[in-house]
Amino acid sequence: MKLSVLVNEGPYQHQSADSAIQFTKAALERGHEIFRVFFYHDGVNNGTRFAVPPQDDRNITQEWTALAKEHGLDLVVCIAAAQRRGILDENEAKRQGKDGNNIADGFRISGLGQLIEAGIQSDRMVIFGD
Amino acid sequence: MPMLHTVNKSPFERRTLDTALRHAVKGAAILLIEDGVYAAFDGTVVAEKVKAALADHKIYVLGPDVAARGMSEHHVIEGIGVVDYGGFVDLVTEYDKVQSWL
Repeated sequence: MKLSVLVNEGPYQHQSADSAIQFTKAALERGHEIFRVFFYHDGVNNGTRFAVPPQDDRNITQEWTALAKEHGLDLVVCIAAAQRRGILDENEAKRQGKDGNNIADGFRISGLGQLIEAGIQSDRMVIFGD
Repeated sequence: MPMLHTVNKSPFERRTLDTALRHAVKGAAILLIEDGVYAAFDGTVVAEKVKAALADHKIYVLGPDVAARGMSEHHVIEGIGVVDYGGFVDLVTEYDKVQSWL
């Protein structure tokens, strides 16, 4: 089945960022297709490669990056939510006159249309957040 | 199959379990995850309400989230199904839609 996941909560906040990745892994293990994972609101903070959690703690962003690499996942960060929170890719950094970008490998910045499309194209949409 | 409702907040903190139960039609399922798992334990002030809901709904609880809170399956109200993440995925696909109460 074709599934999409919406992540509305940042990493290390409560538990939803963890739940989302565990659910996604289990869905892939079950042989389902993950059409898209969309990061919205504080969820966009899952997409910065500048976070450095303690070495004995899980690194949620790196887990997403690894999962995206292994399964070709489409990890989309909402552009408006990202700009408010300082999540930038190379193009956005240039466009906004910022001195660097921090988007993690495997993530891309795009618009809410991508969320709507995921809702239309997927058989199920599962939401994680506060 | 009707809808699967997920509840991720403790009934002692938010009203989302009540909201989910109010909106869930007969035959709809409830899955308790994250702090929502506190609703699945026996002997709490909400336990009777949850037991009554079992008449109209299948209720499930995410086992790893039970264990993460230092509790075990024998704390869970009889009749509530304990599932792992794979079981969570199966419920999502078995029911027609998923409503995530946040």
